Amino acid sequence: MLEILRHKTIGIAGCGGLGSNSAVALVRAGIGSLIIADYDTVEESNLDRQYYFRTDIDKFKVDVLSEHLLAINPDVEIIAHNIELTPAIIPKIFGNADILIEAFDAAENKKWLIETWTKYFPDKPIICGNGIAGYGETDKLKVIKMGNIYFCGDEQTDSSIGLFSARVAIVANMQANVAIEILMERAK
Amino acid sequence: MITVNNRDKLEWHDGMTIRDVLNSMKYNYSLIVVSVNGKPIHLDDYDILKIPDYADVKVIHIMHGG
Repeated sequence: MLEILRHKTIGIAGCGGLGSNSAVALVRAGIGSLIIADYDTVEESNLDRQYYFRTDIDKFKVDVLSEHLLAINPDVEIIAHNIELTPAIIPKIFGNADILIEAFDAAENKKWLIETWTKYFPDKPIICGNGIAGYGETDKLKVIKMGNIYFCGDEQTDSSIGLFSARVAIVANMQANVAIEILMERAK
Repeated sequence: MITVNNRDKLEWHDGMTIRDVLNSMKYNYSLIVVSVNGKPIHLDDYDILKIPDYADVKVIHIMHGG
């Protein structure tokens, strides 16, 4: 398994709750290369669910996330883009990825990312987080497959009810788990 | 007859489009992803693609949070 993952690249669009936690899971699993992109800095309010620390506040997320990931595994390749993603640059930023993990916050952004990715890379999977808010109700979290689009979450809860670390991290790890599963299945 | 989200049934008609299905289901939320028989359908095709009879249509609403 390690030999297969070591030669694979996964893109992660957004380095918030979903993106930072799924990145950690993938690096711990032994993924060879990650392409991460975000334009934001770490704020104190992020520390309740995102993989950052108090000493990271005011620093760019892609910079400190890269440091944390390399501290876990110094052999992983991290290609970090400190940039606001738009549809026009998705092919250039993530074109080398075998799979894309969607880790945006706003539903509008999730929508255009799915449309853009499936237009340019119809044969490459995109794994989305959809319905991650609140607490409890772990049994409602599921994976829905729609061609090469995978949705992880409960498909119902919205961030307006509050995002809590435990449930966000479960879905982030579901996304990483689906990515590993796809790569292993395709390697058979 | 077509099935929507594994539960709702809609009478099929010749030339039926995704837009027709969304209107019939009163889905007016724009942040959705739609598939027909497991194949994702791009937004540009909502008014063009003709849905076959007995199709399995899925409409997923995209939620905020990341």
